[in-house]
Amino acid sequence: MSRRTLVVVGHGMVGHRLVELAVERGLVAAGWDVVVHAAEPVPAYDRVGLSSWFRGTTAEELSLVEDGFFDSPALDLRLDDPVVSIDVEARTVSSRCGTVTPYDALVLATGSTAFVPPIPGSTGRGRFVYRTLEDLEQIRAAAQGARTGAVIGGGLLGLEAADALRSLDLSTTVVEFAPRLMPLQVDEAGGQALLRLVEDLGVAVRTSAATQVIEERESGLRLVFADGEPLDVDLVVFSAGIRPDDALARGAGLHTAERGGVLVDETCAASAPDVYAVGECASAAGRCWGLVAPGYAQAEVVVDRLLGGRRTFTGADLSTKLKLMGIDVASFGDSHASTAGALELVYANPVAGVYSKLVVTDDARHLLGGILVGDASAYPVLRPLAGADVVLPADPAELVLPRLDGASPGPGAAALPTTAQVCSCRDVSKGEICTAVREGGCRDVAGVKACTGAGTVCGSCVGLVKDLVQDELSTLGVAMSSALCEHFDLSRAELFEVVRVQGIRSWSTLLAGHGRGLGCDICKPTAASILASLDNAYVLDGERGMLQDTNDHMLANLQKDGTYSVVPRIPGGEVTPAHLIVLGQVAQDFGLYTKITGGQRIDMFGARVEQLPLIWKRLVDAGMESGHAYGKSLRTVKSCVGQTWCRYGVQDSTTLAIELELRYRGLRSPHKVKMGVSGCARECAEARSKDFGVIATENGWNLYVGGNGGFRPRHADLFLQDVDTETLVRTIDRVLMLYVFTADRLQRTAPWIEAMEGGLDHLRAVVVDDSLGLCRELDTAMERHVATYSDEWADTLADPQRLARFTSFVNAPGVPDPSIAFVRERGQIRPARPEEKGPTLVSGPRLEVVRS
Amino acid sequence: MNDWTSICPTGRLPVERGMAALLDGEQVALFRTADGLHALSNRDPFSGAMVMSRGIIGCRGRRPMVASPIYKQAFDLETGRCLDDPTVGLEVYAVRVDAGMVQVARPARALSA
Ligand code: SRM
Ligand SMILES: Cc1cc2nc3c(=O)[nH]c(=O)nc-3n(C[C@H](O)[C@H](O)[C@H](O)COP(=O)(O)OP(=O)(O)OC[C@H]3O[C@@H](n4cnc5c(N)ncnc54)[C@H](O)[C@@H]3O)c2cc1C
Ligand code: SF4
Ligand code: FES
Repeated sequence: MSRRTLVVVGHGMVGHRLVELAVERGLVAAGWDVVVHAAEPVPAYDRVGLSSWFRGTTAEELSLVEDGFFDSPALDLRLDDPVVSIDVEARTVSSRCGTVTPYDALVLATGSTAFVPPIPGSTGRGRFVYRTLEDLEQIRAAAQGARTGAVIGGGLLGLEAADALRSLDLSTTVVEFAPRLMPLQVDEAGGQALLRLVEDLGVAVRTSAATQVIEERESGLRLVFADGEPLDVDLVVFSAGIRPDDALARGAGLHTAERGGVLVDETCAASAPDVYAVGECASAAGRCWGLVAPGYAQAEVVVDRLLGGRRTFTGADLSTKLKLMGIDVASFGDSHASTAGALELVYANPVAGVYSKLVVTDDARHLLGGILVGDASAYPVLRPLAGADVVLPADPAELVLPRLDGASPGPGAAALPTTAQVCSCRDVSKGEICTAVREGGCRDVAGVKACTGAGTVCGSCVGLVKDLVQDELSTLGVAMSSALCEHFDLSRAELFEVVRVQGIRSWSTLLAGHGRGLGCDICKPTAASILASLDNAYVLDGERGMLQDTNDHMLANLQKDGTYSVVPRIPGGEVTPAHLIVLGQVAQDFGLYTKITGGQRIDMFGARVEQLPLIWKRLVDAGMESGHAYGKSLRTVKSCVGQTWCRYGVQDSTTLAIELELRYRGLRSPHKVKMGVSGCARECAEARSKDFGVIATENGWNLYVGGNGGFRPRHADLFLQDVDTETLVRTIDRVLMLYVFTADRLQRTAPWIEAMEGGLDHLRAVVVDDSLGLCRELDTAMERHVATYSDEWADTLADPQRLARFTSFVNAPGVPDPSIAFVRERGQIRPARPEEKGPTLVSGPRLEVVRS
Repeated sequence: MNDWTSICPTGRLPVERGMAALLDGEQVALFRTADGLHALSNRDPFSGAMVMSRGIIGCRGRRPMVASPIYKQAFDLETGRCLDDPTVGLEVYAVRVDAGMVQVARPARALSA
């Protein structure tokens, strides 16, 4: 059979999901080619997460398209080439570039456009909408040099836009026509609570304000209202609702709904054969759905129908949670109590700024919906409970009121029926998640995300997914075990806590009190690291010597042939010619292979155990010190030349990098830690690929956290903006110490933050607002580290007993390991390969450099 | 019969850690644990490097073990057998203390896999 063509118009969130489904569900395999026309110049991106662009998320990170996805010959994405007309008789679409494409099936996924009220002065300079990446770029450009802004519309999107303006340092006013904010989602009392929370953030709010005219003034714009004072601002963002983009459909003679939108039936089919509409451009089940989840559900229906299935779309959940501004607002299910006989239970604490309303059935036995303002922590569990066949506790207040034991309120994941929809964005039920764990072999949230898609869109269900995974694993008896190894039931973080709180100073006490057996190569180095984090004593003295891992054990990095590498610290990558000469001289005298590392310093390879002290003696005498390349501790702080030399630099990045490297050197941590400091946004130090990245701005420093190169590269996220050096250093102190306190063994900062419940916001609350009352402790721990740091190699050289460790053979000290052999390559040594070594491998105390 | 070679005073071996020794050109890894001395070949069969004496020691289940410092496989300190791959093993040497001196002797026969 010849191949058929599916044409998709619009590469937005829903259009792309449809293409993904065409691949996943086997439509492409069944003989369909897919042609996608996109009006925007970039492939589909996460519009839901659009606002995070202002907080440093890049356009690439927002992209929904996996690398290489469109490499398939069956998929054809035509960017920046909108469809201009459809001929439903000839079954073709024509695009702006002039292509005419015949279709066997056509899907309209053109989304919607922002609604701009038809008032005089609504368009022109300084007036924007908030819908696409391009809109955001324009807003950011206009905000430069502006001081004030207004958002017209106080709904969910309007508040997001207001938060964006606030983050651009504009003094911001939200103008809402209705008497309360978020009129569609929350009720009168909830609106009151929300108003206070928004105002507390420094955003002004004008409700019941009908904008009549926008006048252009010499400097800026003036909003004139039906009554009340006019408002003068530099720019205006409209967020007054959306209108389905159905122009194309009208042009083609398709039926549209009275209030706009391509009219479709429950199979998402429009009024011409083989034409469908999905997402925000469609009027399905009686309305246009302004959320992404219903669009995804419609995409499922269309793909299923093309495959001959019988799926239908009959409506969707309009639950929403505001994901910005640090304010919790959620509404779900029948939040306005429109079900016959529904009862409303209200719990309000105006002082704490918390308001919750539950809507229940007339017998108060079942939940129908609700509104949560100020504290929406119960939302992920309550949303799927709404409308589910679960009998509520005798006092439904338990569902929302804080519990005395500090546990989160609500019935918990276990109470949900298997059919309950846990992830509304991707329509994943509890049953599917449990199956993924039980039968699909998923062992953590990441696995479930990858396998079911749950939690990958708005993220509000992730906490619940985590609970379910944990519950399921424990019924399986697998228990998401956090035990360190067979000798300790505690996780690294728990062990750290025990050591810290009980003041434990030795391995034997720790093992006797909290472990069993003799220990192993997992728990011993972990214990060594914890003991060292809390107390900077020499890491090889007494019992501690027997705990250290391969590299720490010799204060050098073990190589494949049993030799070591030597890496002195070169703070910030800045090195004097005198030190360079010393390094060159030492490398030459000991015949070491020399290489510039990826961390802006110099590594010398091929040193034998007994040579290490001799080499280090020379380095320490010349004023150099350990670079801790061997430790799970601070590695390098990469710098650029910055303001001092570079014509673009705006701060002294080199000095800061050196200060940071000297401050944190030697701090033992769960895994290695890297930092970078760039002198301007050009980012020559690649700071955002580091655990801690600092980028200079005109006004100070931006701090990014959680970057990673390596196995799973990740850019660090913006954490603080435009702060002074003192604030910067204090914040790094705290985040770094918190990482040392709480991360898992061998967990870099990136996965540590990713696994953190509440993510960056939580981290910020802990280290900036001191929400856990932990900051003093963190500060003290860091001060102690800085005050007691001492160079391990200088300390080793000063003590003959410590030096005794660096012997090749206990009965023949100074005799080199006869198995080590080198070959010359490009003027330096390299380890000989087995075939180059010859048969005399294990006998004879002979060390030779084979010359070639 | 065993041909004992004196290596060093017992006190020269660190507790719960290893040291390498030369025995007629062969490299032996000596370990001192809470319950005695162990002597095994110093050659890590996985990497070919002479490094076993620098591994961390401890136990796996009830077996005392040393973990290779290169790729971390565990070896039984008493039998030499690799606990992660039973087809591989380290040669075991006889070891004893005589008048405060650690003595080692070549194995009567090579370890059979
Ligand atoms: C020497 C060097 C490569 C070079 O020739 O340039 C190097 C060499 C090693 N790296 Fe690296 N890494 C070196 C820079 C990097 C960088 C780049 C950087 O630091 O800017 C990265 C990516 C950035 C990052 O860490 O996020 C890097 C990511 C890794 C990883 C992956 C970490 C991850 O999170 O996935 C490992 C494996 C590990 O640590 O578990 C690793 C592990 C290693 C080890 C320790 C492997 C080992 O156990 O033997 C290598 C030993 C070096 C030695 O003996 O001295 N190395 N390594 C670089 C030393 C930098 C320094 O001056 O300290
Ligand atoms: C800032 C913001 C925050 C949001 N937050 C949430 C949220 O928290 N939760 C939620 O559920 N929803 C949220 N939404 C709504 C959500 O983004 C939309 O529901 C979703 O994007 C709809 O997907 P779609 O594919 O139908 O439309 P879109 O994503 O708008 O995609 C339509 C695409 O079609 C293109 N197009 C139009 N005409 C043509 C043509 N003739 N030819 C080719 N291409 C064309 C458009 O350029 C566009 O790229 C938010 C939206 C915004 C703007
Ligand atoms: S990051 Fe900026 S200041 Fe630093 S070297 Fe690059 S361009 Fe210059
Ligand atoms: S509910 Fe949005 S990602 Fe799951």
